Amino acid sequence: MKLSINGSQHGVDVDPRTPLLYVLRGELKLNAAKFGCGLGQCGACTVLIDGEPVFSCVTPVALLAGKQITTLEGLGTPERPAPIQRAFIEAQAAQCGYCIPGIMMRAHALLEKNPHASAADIRAFLEPHLCRCGTHMRILRAIHRAQAEMMSANAGGSG
Amino acid sequence: MSAASVISRRAVLAGSGALILSFSSAGRLLAQNDAPSQAAPPPAASPPLPGSLKKTPYLDSWIRIDADGAITVFTGKAELGQGIKTALMQIAAEQLDVAFDRIKLITADTALTPNEGYTAGSHSMQDSGTAIMNAAAQVRQLLVAEAAMRAGMPPAQMKTQDAAVIAPDDRRFGYGELVSAQLLHVTAGVISPLKDPGRFKVMNRRIPRVDIPAKLTGNAAFVQDLRPDGMVHARVVRPPSYGAQLVGVDDGAVRKMPGVLQVVRDGSFLAVIAQREFEAIEAMRALAAAARWNETAKLPNSASLGAFLTSLPAQDIAVLDRQQAVAHGTKALSASYSRPYLAHGSIGPSCAVAQFENGTLTIWTHTQGVYPDRAAIAEMMGMPSDKVRCIHREGAGCYGHNGADDAAADAALLARAMPGRPVRVQWTREQEHAWEPYGPAMLIKLNAALDDGGRIADWDNEIWSNTHSTRPGPAGSLLAARYLDKPFQEPPPKPIPMPEGGGDRNSIPIYTIPSAKVVYHFLPTMPVRVSALRALGGFMNVFAIESFMDELAAAAGADPVEFRLKHLDDARAREVITTAAERFGWANKPRAAPGSGRGFGFARYKNLAAYCAVACEIEVDRDSGRARMRRAVAAVDSGQVVNSDGIANQIEGAILQSLSWTLYESVTFNERRITSVDWSSYPILRFSAVPDEMEIHVIDRPGMPFLGSGEAGQGPAAAAVANAVANATGHRFRDLPISAASIKAAIGV
Repeated sequence: MKLSINGSQHGVDVDPRTPLLYVLRGELKLNAAKFGCGLGQCGACTVLIDGEPVFSCVTPVALLAGKQITTLEGLGTPERPAPIQRAFIEAQAAQCGYCIPGIMMRAHALLEKNPHASAADIRAFLEPHLCRCGTHMRILRAIHRAQAEMMSANAGGSG
Repeated sequence: MSAASVISRRAVLAGSGALILSFSSAGRLLAQNDAPSQAAPPPAASPPLPGSLKKTPYLDSWIRIDADGAITVFTGKAELGQGIKTALMQIAAEQLDVAFDRIKLITADTALTPNEGYTAGSHSMQDSGTAIMNAAAQVRQLLVAEAAMRAGMPPAQMKTQDAAVIAPDDRRFGYGELVSAQLLHVTAGVISPLKDPGRFKVMNRRIPRVDIPAKLTGNAAFVQDLRPDGMVHARVVRPPSYGAQLVGVDDGAVRKMPGVLQVVRDGSFLAVIAQREFEAIEAMRALAAAARWNETAKLPNSASLGAFLTSLPAQDIAVLDRQQAVAHGTKALSASYSRPYLAHGSIGPSCAVAQFENGTLTIWTHTQGVYPDRAAIAEMMGMPSDKVRCIHREGAGCYGHNGADDAAADAALLARAMPGRPVRVQWTREQEHAWEPYGPAMLIKLNAALDDGGRIADWDNEIWSNTHSTRPGPAGSLLAARYLDKPFQEPPPKPIPMPEGGGDRNSIPIYTIPSAKVVYHFLPTMPVRVSALRALGGFMNVFAIESFMDELAAAAGADPVEFRLKHLDDARAREVITTAAERFGWANKPRAAPGSGRGFGFARYKNLAAYCAVACEIEVDRDSGRARMRRAVAAVDSGQVVNSDGIANQIEGAILQSLSWTLYESVTFNERRITSVDWSSYPILRFSAVPDEMEIHVIDRPGMPFLGSGEAGQGPAAAAVANAVANATGHRFRDLPISAASIKAAIGV
């Protein structure tokens, strides 16, 4: 079947019941989406489907024909990080870093949809995600930093 | 290289005792830093080498410089997400006088790096940081001596700058051109020409962590991300309960499933190897359904763990017995505190990749100890250890001994079943939750008496606990090894001796108390698999002691912070406490808002490492019983600071993880099986419960020994939370977790 991932079409020959996570990691050799639970309980595998955050570990690829799949790799690169990635790096918002790509995907989705999200909105939106190292304070700081940067970039663009 | 020139270089190092006189005394303090527990008794007359140089004294075991000037630093410690790579590179760059980004660092690898045991116990800065700091300073000294010889000028007139030695006549000798084959192959001297901390350019800066960009942009950063050519995927079918024996398995259908390459059975060790990952998962599920087990486990009643622990046969260890003839206390208090089994709960379940080829075995693993893991795996495989190589690759944060070593053992067994092919084993979430060795349940009973002046006169502390380390160890420490057709026996548990201690870690009150007694009832019987969890017994002992200090302060009618200071002489302890209290506004805000409470907790980790004090405010929702931390302020003294942001990150994490342990967590089981096998049955902290504010104040001690920060916050944070809940509700909670249900039941709304 054909999947649209990070703006490119990819033909994959897999059992259609295969969760997207294993196709991303196994067939496309993408690293950012992580296996954390396989149960939709921790958020480490989060990617965007048509801009909405989903748990790729419990989403069979059979459901994804014609949909736009975005992974962290589709947001930015080490050389050209996306605003959300730049903000996390600047805030040193990681300890082990395993949960962070999934959190960045959901935060990115929120800020795209609601650039004025309040601190309470952000916390509520991140509720599906677990971080075991206790990096939460930095994660929240990084999201606020990204928000400020995205808003000033937008203000600059429109002005 | 002639023997004479080697001798002259040894003379340079031996002579450094004289050179050091021109440096500040701070350098001597650093050089004398010494990890007490791991130090072998020093040979008579010769003082021990600093840090891990004791075990690995050759300078070129730590630092190599190539002819092209490339500088490689080696550490036996592993990056666990604590930022150790960046800190070690800062130390090397500073003492070598080179730019930070010229340093290449190789971490734990049995083929390349020194054996520094486990990356655990907040020891990495003390062991490896101290070794690298001293080795780098001595390497720099050798390079200066070599350049001085070539320039025909005294070493004292040479300067170093940006990886070169500069002569007074401006001649420049690059490190690469100075170094020859044997120049650095000398043993370290006892004393190093360390830089004066006042001249630091790299070692006291908040340099961003080198590992973070790759982790945040989808580069291959974790063992889970390895994909060597030809790699296949394996899954293990673990038994349904401890010790269950595989009676039979009809695997005919599984072998015919798509992608399945092999079903591997050795005794009760059962696994499947498939071409692709989801094929391995499907085959694992089918194999698990086809397996028949004989279950024999008998687990204790989780509702009465305290009674269970005290019923077990104990080996009693007298930790402290200090009796001073003073007036005995007149006001007596007693209390007992408990905690359940706690899971490490790594966000990434354990994983390893192994390849067996031409009689050699290579394993990529997120173990905390590549050398001990190699020894255990070699024994299990019946291979000489020099045919086994363990290479550390990062996993998700581990916080102690989780499934990492066991996954490495699984991968080793399965790689042997598929010679030539790299085999990747990924544990499931349920396997990680059910099979990792938990932090042991504990019970602590405290008795104390106050004298008429409101001071503690007597103190009596009893601790009941299993061991806090079942790390490899012999092959029987590895899970898979116990289930093979020819099984290895689990080794008998041993207590970890003080001063570091295991269940008794931090059990000696740091406070000035005339008469004090501490007894550790070490419990060898372990119905539930246990091992090292961040801070070991230090978490529970500090939770209990610091909760009890608040109870005693209340009995004495004293402010909790004042009460602690009244019993403390150590100036650094006092400064950490007063800093946290002042920054929190402890004295200014004697009462928290209605429904809220404030609490304080303090400890010096192991009574010999970092000092940490935590003050926090907790709000309690009286309807639901839910407690939420609103604000926390901490102060930490870890000795010489290398990267204050790295320390702050560790303490922030410790506070939030400890908050989660304290309010929510408990491994659950029935009479036979572990029942907390995922995140819904083992809930932890989520974003809605994260504090609004947190401040960490890092106190720098230029020139003082590194103390290590990774575990220092764990106990103080738990105590601060419990004390704040008591302050908010008027009820003392002594059994962890302090759940919403227990608060609701106690305050009776």
